[in-house]
Amino acid sequence: MSAIEEIASQAPAVDAVPKRAMTLSSGTTFVVVLLLLVVPLFVKNFIIFQMTMLLIYGLAVLALNILTGGSGQFSLGNSAFYAVGAYTSAILMEQYNVNYALTLPVAGVICFGFGFLFGQPALRLSGVYLALATFALATAMPQILKLGFFEHWTGGVQGLVVTKPDAPFGLPMSQDMWLYYFTLAITIAIYIFSVNLLRSRSGRAFMAIRDNEIAASAMGIDVATYKTLAFGVSAGITGVAGGLGAIAVQFVAPDSYTIVLAISLFLGMVVGGVGWLPGSFVGAAFIIFVPNIAEGISKGLSGAVFGVLLFLVIFLVPHGARQVAMVAQQLLGKLRKN
Amino acid sequence: MTQAQLAQTSAPLLAVRDVSVVFGGIVALNGVSFDMQQGQILGLIGPNGAGKTTLFNCLSRLYQPSAGDILMEGRSILTRPPHRIAEIGIGRTFQNVALFPNLSVLDNVRVGTHARTSSDIISDSLRLAWIRRSENSVNTKVHEILAYLDLEDVAHKTVSGLPFGTQKRVELARALAADPKILLLDEPAGGLNHEEVHVLGDLIRRIRDDRHVTVLLVEHHMGLVMSIADHVVALNFGRKLAEGTPAQVQADPDVIKAYLGSKDQ
Repeated sequence: MSAIEEIASQAPAVDAVPKRAMTLSSGTTFVVVLLLLVVPLFVKNFIIFQMTMLLIYGLAVLALNILTGGSGQFSLGNSAFYAVGAYTSAILMEQYNVNYALTLPVAGVICFGFGFLFGQPALRLSGVYLALATFALATAMPQILKLGFFEHWTGGVQGLVVTKPDAPFGLPMSQDMWLYYFTLAITIAIYIFSVNLLRSRSGRAFMAIRDNEIAASAMGIDVATYKTLAFGVSAGITGVAGGLGAIAVQFVAPDSYTIVLAISLFLGMVVGGVGWLPGSFVGAAFIIFVPNIAEGISKGLSGAVFGVLLFLVIFLVPHGARQVAMVAQQLLGKLRKN
Repeated sequence: MTQAQLAQTSAPLLAVRDVSVVFGGIVALNGVSFDMQQGQILGLIGPNGAGKTTLFNCLSRLYQPSAGDILMEGRSILTRPPHRIAEIGIGRTFQNVALFPNLSVLDNVRVGTHARTSSDIISDSLRLAWIRRSENSVNTKVHEILAYLDLEDVAHKTVSGLPFGTQKRVELARALAADPKILLLDEPAGGLNHEEVHVLGDLIRRIRDDRHVTVLLVEHHMGLVMSIADHVVALNFGRKLAEGTPAQVQADPDVIKAYLGSKDQ
């Protein structure tokens, strides 16, 4: 057996979800969307803000999920794309007075290009080596943003303050609530596009590459192009999330986008279940709320408590929220039969 | 006239011309030439290390020959990257099955149509009308192939859990989904029992007759090659040893020597 044959027959790097199981059933989707629409009407502004952040991080985790769960490439560098998106929106809004909604597609396109270009050298790497290369990108980004050369636009170490937009057409809602619904609309749109993409010919090409590059190439799939496209799409969505994040937090600064953010996104993906798109939002909830819970348990040892909670999750449900959802589905099925 | 006789009268579909492959001083293939006629089942045989798989990998463009040329319908394939081989009608299966283990049977075969369809990520994300039409025709075609290979019962199953023999049929289905003119089969009988090999032989012949596919069969299993091939090429130590009908090759003294060893060794 030749070396190529051995490579052709080896197991894929990512043990991903079957494609059918990547999304929720229509009934569950309806309930979730209804809750997302109604709940903000009954809660305080701070909770609405947290729900907005959940959607934003959810988008960023979703983007990573398309890259890792879809095309089998690892990234610890998505915080860099998030930063580029955030700064693009902030700079356009504050320095050039562009409408906030218009800055998001620009952030998406710039990050797509950035991700596509970064995907080129990444083609030569895979698995942990790729993760390390993207790690370098994540560690470099805050320093690049602090450079004196860019200070005129980025505000250097100080960062930029972003004005929160008012609700348009004189709608009677708070800024927070408007921004929530605005974010929700974008999230739903991107979620639908992502599901469509993964179910399409391109999505199949991503997953074929994830499972077996040599066989994918024999089927006529241009592995290099699709791998860089996956990077581009992932970076583009992360960029939109970053732009939304800048508007929601009303502030961008280099140290908000360190490797810690990249690792959080990665963590969110694992906790949500690699390759399971709805899990992205469960993972986002984990990275937003669990540190708060840990702080509630012990102020001084919040990091350690977080670690223990994370351990518990990984031991009890190694496939993350996806596993919980599958068990729940089986239980429901049994209940219906009885 | 049978298909094989008809084939002799036309120009070769695939021509291998003096192909040599050298790996760091080791000559894996040394000036091998043969022709494949339209509609033929050509068996490529030889002992271990004879260069069968090397030649196979040249045809699927995983290896670049150091000399010689490979012509498909008179045009060289050596300028094409591996992913642009499927579109000119060369399909393949792998020695130990190389499917996409996390995808369903249906999706594995759908990936097979990649070279025959087109799309871009924006149209795919928006699921535009022309994408929906193209997906519909892909689905029709894929279901036809699954029915043809008796795989409809497992269509929605993930391939990693299927028996080996079924996985081999899925691989055949995936290759057929690209409408190949030539199907390269790398040791399809490997890992199959006696009964399964027999069924496989019938299947390969049926595919050739029904779907007008020319087949290159690289195989260890002599019984299979001799029973279904129209033409056999025997390799040893990277050279062509003999070529002809199965009976001619079986009777060739050099082939017998290569397989059984000579008295003075």
